[in-house]
Amino acid sequence: MIRSLPSSSLYRIGYRIYVFLFFTFLLMPLLAISVLAFNDSNFISLPWNGFTTDWFFAATDERQGLFADEELIASIVTSLSTGFFVAVMSTLVGTLAALLFEEEQFRLKGLLYFLALAPLVIPGVILGISILLTATSAGNHIENTFGLDVELFRPSYWLVILGQFSFGATYVMLLVSARLKKFDRTLEEAALSLKATRLEAIWYVTIPFLRPAIMGAFVVAFILSFSNINTTIFLIGSDPTLPIDLYSRIRFSSTPVLNAVSFLIVIVISGLAIINLFANRSNK
Amino acid sequence: MMNNKNLKDTNRLKITGNFNFTFYLLIVPVLIWLIFMIVIPHAELLISSFLVEDDMGEMFFSFANYIEFFTQKIYWLTFVKTAAYSIGVTLLAFIIAFPIAFYLTKVTSKKNAAFLMLLLLIPLWVGELVTVYGWMVLLGDHGVINQFLITIGIINKPLNMLYTNFSMVVGLLYMSMLFMVIPVMSTLQSMDDSLIEAACDLGASRWDIFTKIIIPYAMPGITSGAIIVFMLVIGDYLAPNLLGGKNSLWFTEQIYNNFLTTFNWNEGAAFGFLLLMLSSGIIWLALKVSGQKLEKVGS
Repeated sequence: MIRSLPSSSLYRIGYRIYVFLFFTFLLMPLLAISVLAFNDSNFISLPWNGFTTDWFFAATDERQGLFADEELIASIVTSLSTGFFVAVMSTLVGTLAALLFEEEQFRLKGLLYFLALAPLVIPGVILGISILLTATSAGNHIENTFGLDVELFRPSYWLVILGQFSFGATYVMLLVSARLKKFDRTLEEAALSLKATRLEAIWYVTIPFLRPAIMGAFVVAFILSFSNINTTIFLIGSDPTLPIDLYSRIRFSSTPVLNAVSFLIVIVISGLAIINLFANRSNK
Repeated sequence: MMNNKNLKDTNRLKITGNFNFTFYLLIVPVLIWLIFMIVIPHAELLISSFLVEDDMGEMFFSFANYIEFFTQKIYWLTFVKTAAYSIGVTLLAFIIAFPIAFYLTKVTSKKNAAFLMLLLLIPLWVGELVTVYGWMVLLGDHGVINQFLITIGIINKPLNMLYTNFSMVVGLLYMSMLFMVIPVMSTLQSMDDSLIEAACDLGASRWDIFTKIIIPYAMPGITSGAIIVFMLVIGDYLAPNLLGGKNSLWFTEQIYNNFLTTFNWNEGAAFGFLLLMLSSGIIWLALKVSGQKLEKVGS
């Protein structure tokens, strides 16, 4: 049943068939939309009417391809810039949190660590509504007291970034902590005994060691932000992110442009995954 | 050892000499994050859930939002159904994902495993919206699967698969089961093959090896996976909303309706708080029963 043990051929073949079926199940939806993105039809599904790239490039009244659809392009840009800011903030705070919980001893550490892990087990919906409620009451309060209307406290671009940051930092913390656990603490102590300050030791010794994990965590935070919908949907202002835009299109006006966008996402993500595979291999 | 201790003492001196500057540099941003993004919002959620607006537009304290939940059958029925389905999907995810995790770590070659891992990660990273949409394209009346079955002559008219509980469960499983594969893989990776070989040499049956050696060893990974799967499923919105039918009500949909359609935010807050209690209650129970700690779930 494992590599080193013999097993009956029936068992082996059965197992292989199961694995094959599982991966078929896994890849079927992605393959279907990727192929149908090139279908010369006005409906999202079969029948196959021939090959076309209209759903990427066309700009006629009847068909508007992905690159001619300004709304869609705008939402992609919004998602990219949101993802960037979320990744920067999450990476920064998540890394600090990893250093704090791995290296420092202080009172209430257990409680704070529990809170830092909480977003892992709080459904995204709950984070979304509680941040919306808090921002709204803070906004109302400021408006009543100072007569100011602060955009951050209304559903807006920046509130989305804050909302996604609230759980992004947790994932960064976990990824960076995992690498920090493998760190040889004596290196830092050597730096300290050579008269480096604690901050210098962290900056010149610990951070370079953590760099691969920090970079990986940055990408993960970006992807989490890019695909998030559960939290984002409550905090969104006038400019939708890509998933929100796609969601409303799926509900109200499905055209094969959706296949084209999905195809593009699948291609970009597969590229990233392959880079990740080779980066991991060369690290070892 | 002695040296080490001395070193620690000098470090401590240095730290106090710096007024703990580094410590504050680390803890202040983390505190801001935890207090403003986690603690205050959830306190606000709890407070809002006890507020009701009167005819004059003034807010006052009341249990009305919770009473509404317990007196309206549709609400608590959806609540119970969501909980039951989430537990069911978590079990199914375990049954489907465990053999895959075992295959990738113990059966196939390292090279194959790396390639299959890549295939596993793609749907995970592509995001739920795209994959749910993919299932809509596959399962619809004119969808790929129906067209295929009609073409090869197995059925005459399309099977009704989309907008049913079936399609909803497929969507929920699809987006969550990979979160079971990955933690189980990481525990199985550290398992010594000789444990299985020894059992086999001593004549244990395959079933015994599986239930008495492999499963107990993988339990920490299974618990982590189950908790994450359960949380993702119970808090999911896209699969029930886009793949489920009129009868596939999911509790998150009630929350969305309150916030985005009827604008009854206080009732929505109460429902949100109930969902939070339900999910953390079941997770707490799972941790108790399996004797695990939340800290382990993350790693």
